[in-house]
Amino acid sequence: MTTQTSEHTIVALVHDKPGVLNRVASMFRRRGFNISSLAVGNSETNGFSRMTFVVDGDEATVDQITKQLYKLIDVVKVSDISEEDVVVRELALIKVRTTASTRPEILQLAEIFRSSVVDVSPDSVILEVTGDEDKVDSLIRILKPFGIREVMRTGRVGLMRGMTKSLAMDNGNRPGRGNGRSNGRA
Amino acid sequence: MKLTGGQIVCESLIKEGVDVVFGIPGGAILPLYQTMYYYPQIRHILTRHEEGASMAADGYARVTGKVGVCMATSGPGATNLVTGITTAQMDSVPMVAITGQVSRPAIGRDAFQETDVTGITLPVTKHNYLVMSASEIAEAIKEAFYIANTGRPGPVLVDIPKDVFTETAEFHYPDGVDLPGYKPVMDGHPAQIRRAAQLISEAKRPVILAGHGVIISRGYDDLLELAEKAQIPVITTLLGRSAFPDSHALFVGMPGMHGVAYASLAIDEADLVIGLGMRFDDRITGKISAFAPNAKVIHVDIDPAEIDKNVHADVPIVGDLGRVLKQLNQIVQPATHPEWLKRIDELRQDHPSLRIRETDKLLPQYVVRDLCEATEGSAIVVTGVGQHQMWAAQHYAHTEANSFITSGGLGSMGFEVPAAMGAQVGQPDRVVWSICGDGGFQMTMSELATIVENNIPVKFAIFNNGYLGMVRQWQEIFYQKDYFSTHYTGNPDFVKLADAFGIRGIRVSRREESIEAIREAMAHPGPVLVDFMVEDEENVYPMIPPGESTAELMEEPFARELR
Repeated sequence: MTTQTSEHTIVALVHDKPGVLNRVASMFRRRGFNISSLAVGNSETNGFSRMTFVVDGDEATVDQITKQLYKLIDVVKVSDISEEDVVVRELALIKVRTTASTRPEILQLAEIFRSSVVDVSPDSVILEVTGDEDKVDSLIRILKPFGIREVMRTGRVGLMRGMTKSLAMDNGNRPGRGNGRSNGRA
Repeated sequence: MKLTGGQIVCESLIKEGVDVVFGIPGGAILPLYQTMYYYPQIRHILTRHEEGASMAADGYARVTGKVGVCMATSGPGATNLVTGITTAQMDSVPMVAITGQVSRPAIGRDAFQETDVTGITLPVTKHNYLVMSASEIAEAIKEAFYIANTGRPGPVLVDIPKDVFTETAEFHYPDGVDLPGYKPVMDGHPAQIRRAAQLISEAKRPVILAGHGVIISRGYDDLLELAEKAQIPVITTLLGRSAFPDSHALFVGMPGMHGVAYASLAIDEADLVIGLGMRFDDRITGKISAFAPNAKVIHVDIDPAEIDKNVHADVPIVGDLGRVLKQLNQIVQPATHPEWLKRIDELRQDHPSLRIRETDKLLPQYVVRDLCEATEGSAIVVTGVGQHQMWAAQHYAHTEANSFITSGGLGSMGFEVPAAMGAQVGQPDRVVWSICGDGGFQMTMSELATIVENNIPVKFAIFNNGYLGMVRQWQEIFYQKDYFSTHYTGNPDFVKLADAFGIRGIRVSRREESIEAIREAMAHPGPVLVDFMVEDEENVYPMIPPGESTAELMEEPFARELR
């Protein structure tokens, strides 16, 4: 087990019940695990939500996070997709200050990043950009000199490619079924 | 037929086989209590403090294996339960706590006696519920009992608003539960079991570290079979005391901070540590990097999150310990380790941790020995937390399984009084001795009134040294005897106090009076309190300072002389 710290993407399928976010957040807080980003939304199954966590930690820490998530009764399935073949995306809304002279350049940059202009007002535009965090970071960096008013990012979401592995509900992927260590890689 | 929420709670408790509930009523839970009035088959024991109710439910659950049930009203009633609930969580004890909540329209408005009880108990319960309609009560209670007493047991809290108790709904008690996120693994993985058997057959110096899981899974016979078949010495954790007979030739003792030196030293020399239903707590391991430095580790636990949490497991096995041991016993090869057992005997000779020095003084260790002798090792011993707890764990040699009831993980002082009460209610035919510190006793002694009211014949042995003894010991050893806030100079006269409660009280000041007083207490049919005026600055040895290894082991001066 390596002690090297790296970024992990963990996806959890959870019951869509009042307080479930609190249970998850409380567990992270109490055990001293850090969340860099968290995205929550409905899943393909009614009554279940999917949470995507980005956490920083060594293998042992991520192993504990996965197991402690599993201990929560409302958490149905946990997958560490960091080493899987995945599609990850983040969406950001970026409000940039504009003037008559800077607007064309900003719109041109927006096009290069395949982002869309979702609002135009006399002194600002809102750009919507989708991609991995690097792409979002780059656009923000490039727009910075023009004056960024507000940024809203959703946090990372991700799915595994193809049909062989899935984040959906099943029974074959729980800790203990294999060698007692957690998650699908075990 | 439609029932009220209160009736649904009572009917559900009956379906779960609940015969006793510990609790205190109050405004928000009153509709439930007024319904329970018509359900005499559910015995309600009215405690004097809600902490007494939750700890009594804990004691009851530990000795019976059934779910302990406690009840309290909203706000202060519920918050008073919390130390008992947390004690149960830390020690994996099945419990269901039912609390009243303010009426639904008042929730979130800081109403009288409103507290966010599900929020407060979220990190200290296995799960909890806020039930917002009468039609959801039956399912919540079904799930609560199921979750509390399957997998790794623990407390589950069900919070029910006052107006939900009076609302009506159809009552159907579910036959099963539908919990896709909760499926405890019961059987060990066969490949891992084979690897474990292989490691055991290769080991020259194996030790078993048996914990509370042996007791929870009732795996005593399976543990005995494994130990005997492969001739493996057995070390038990604090909560594993009484999981293996003290008189057995393979029994070593308890290791760790106040364990016997030879158990800790045996772990140092072992080439294989087999952790069974235990969690490598820091009181056992001390400095993790120096723990079992020569050993491979097999770790069996029902909770996957315990695997690799503190100590890396070479062979992890997740499953119910009783079942895993049965699987393992089928394939493990018979073995003998005469040299290893001889080596442990040498360690035992060189480090006589349990020898007590000869003196006329009333040493607390003598009192535990006398208790053991007078009860022939067969009593249920319930303790508080501190020096008396360690002496009890060291010197009471158990002959009966599941007979040592103590707050291990949380270390809750005051546990000894209500937990003993609950244990006696759960095992009315057994002798229950509550070994108390004078500090802990005063935290929960109001439950003596409950004990008298219900004629619960617990025997109390107060180890009265006028100190918060373990803290005083730390002040002596680590803070140059700067005794601050540990000396009780105004303790009550406990014999008079017993008298005031209507309990027989006996004072023992001299060593030779001890065993007679214990016999007298046992001959008396009701509860008795014996106030042992023990040597006041006696220390618990051996001692490994927190976070240290056996290199820092401190032995009693007398034991050092014997070497």
